[in-house]
Amino acid sequence: MTDLARLGAILAAHAGREGALLPILHDVQAEFGHIPDAMLAPIAAALRLSRAEVAGVVGFYHDFRRAPAGRHVIKLCRAEACQAMGGETVQARLEAALGLKLGETKNDVTLEAVYCLGLCACAPAAMVDDRLVGRLDAGAVETIAREVRG
Amino acid sequence: MKVWLPLDASAKACGAEEVAVALMAEAARRGVEITLCRNGTRGMSWLEPLLEIETPAGRIGFGPMTQADVPALFDTPERHPKALGLVEEIPFFKSQTRLTFARCGRIEPLSLEHYAAEGGWVGLRKALAMSPAEVVEEILASGLRGRGGAGFPTGIKWRTVLGAEAAQKYIVCNVDEGDSGSFADRMLIEGDPYCLIEGMAIAGHAVGATQGYVYIRSEYPDAITMMRAAIARAEAAGVLAEAGFTLEVRVGAGAYVCGEETAMLNSIEGKRGTVRAKPPLPALKGLFGQPTVVNNLLSLAAVPWILAHGGAAYQSFGMDRSRGTIPLQIGGNVKYGGLYETGFGITLGQLVMEICGGTASGRAVKAVQVGGPLGAYHPISDFDLPFCYECFSGQGGLVGHAGLVVHDESADMLKLARFAMEFCAIESCGTCTPCRIGAVRGVETLDRIGAGDAAALPLLEDLCETMKLGSLCALGGFTPYPVLSALRHFPDDFPVFREAAE
Repeated sequence: MTDLARLGAILAAHAGREGALLPILHDVQAEFGHIPDAMLAPIAAALRLSRAEVAGVVGFYHDFRRAPAGRHVIKLCRAEACQAMGGETVQARLEAALGLKLGETKNDVTLEAVYCLGLCACAPAAMVDDRLVGRLDAGAVETIAREVRG
Repeated sequence: MKVWLPLDASAKACGAEEVAVALMAEAARRGVEITLCRNGTRGMSWLEPLLEIETPAGRIGFGPMTQADVPALFDTPERHPKALGLVEEIPFFKSQTRLTFARCGRIEPLSLEHYAAEGGWVGLRKALAMSPAEVVEEILASGLRGRGGAGFPTGIKWRTVLGAEAAQKYIVCNVDEGDSGSFADRMLIEGDPYCLIEGMAIAGHAVGATQGYVYIRSEYPDAITMMRAAIARAEAAGVLAEAGFTLEVRVGAGAYVCGEETAMLNSIEGKRGTVRAKPPLPALKGLFGQPTVVNNLLSLAAVPWILAHGGAAYQSFGMDRSRGTIPLQIGGNVKYGGLYETGFGITLGQLVMEICGGTASGRAVKAVQVGGPLGAYHPISDFDLPFCYECFSGQGGLVGHAGLVVHDESADMLKLARFAMEFCAIESCGTCTPCRIGAVRGVETLDRIGAGDAAALPLLEDLCETMKLGSLCALGGFTPYPVLSALRHFPDDFPVFREAAE
């Protein structure tokens, strides 16, 4: 199936839904890993919006990517509860172990900030791909680094 | 042997799945028959994963469990090094008043049988036998105020929507729980999702709305899955049809500001999550321009209990104009963190020191931020402050969504003040100038203060005043709370004050 046919299937699944743009964008990102530029116009056409309106929505929300992420994505919580439990030290350790800074993608690994995973009583916390990890310490950081470099 | 193990995200993040695998493997090795039930969390997060074994005397607990702790469960459980005795006798749990969270952690979240057996659907059945106006009266009598932070009387909001004429009305549940320190919404959905469904169906009947949306932040994948599964089962069981109500989950996309009700409505409509000017109120012109109830999850989840037991019963808990119970959430550097539901009126110090045991690090408490990233940093001299909306606003703070983050004496308050401005700059929707530009200038001004520039101090105060008075919503309007409270209560952390004192 071509990319446009896959997009067509997503658009068809949401036909007639009220306020369908966010659900569509979530599905497109789940299917393609990001929101390809070439899909903005067809999405806009399906919803009778302008391409600029769709691009504006994609740009507004932190979740939506204009370019693919690494094969592994680590979201490290930077919010207050995690800071109170040494989150900055965890960040420094993780950056050193992976050889990249928060917000960067290298060697197919993306490290980015998230503001609260709701694990504030098990801080510091992160999400490694689809898995949540709490009570992050030096050992846990090493395990994560080993996993994603695997 | 019947065993309970939470599938709540906090338990999973601390290794519940590994414990489950080890448990089944060990049982198979020993030839012991095991029924493993997956519950929500009890809210005693420091004990997660908290495993429970059913006994004739009640459920006995073990935690925090690791894989290595599993084999000893099969020998003499009462002498297990992680044995906690009867779970419901643990003081942190026993001393609570659990109305909203009564079932959470006790039942299998998706079991309609468990839900009905523990008092589920009683409130909805009562409501459906009443007129919409009578339901609204019951909510008014309960004294319930919006648990999202604003504290607006829920019954008055509902009455406004009930009185509005429209072909279509909506119920929107706000689960964009972005405040650091808050996890009550996530915990309820992962532990007792039918409670929210029941509350929303009651709200629908009370105001004449037939469609509901649950807006859940994308950072809560487990809650999203659970809520969708619960809606599907409630639909299949005919519960929603009986109430004439349909429900849909909408997923956020990582924008903190979408927790603001009008930004959330824009987001559900498929737009950028920008804040709308009020009026018009969402109660009159909300989702797709129609009359809409926008309530926090904790408000809607309190509704089934209120209908089942009566507004007067709910109103009998609490203090002053803050009635009923409040699910307090305590995180950060705290020894016994988790969720503690109790009547309004408990003091900050009782909660942090007596119930939660002070810091996890064992060092002295320096500051407690109450109400998320827009809440004030309270020093220990505020520890006699009782939890009630007016008490906290009178002290330059807010109860907010009742999330608390504890910091020990290693906290750098200048850094935390800077973070508050930085966070506001990252998350500003950009609609109003005080927030969009003020937050960026705030970071710069705090950097000047950090570098010892005393001339920047009056500038910061002035900027905060402008943000407070001129911002369209609470993001820009309340960011000054953490900043100014840090400055006022912890001047030693700001070099300009240190130099002035020397």
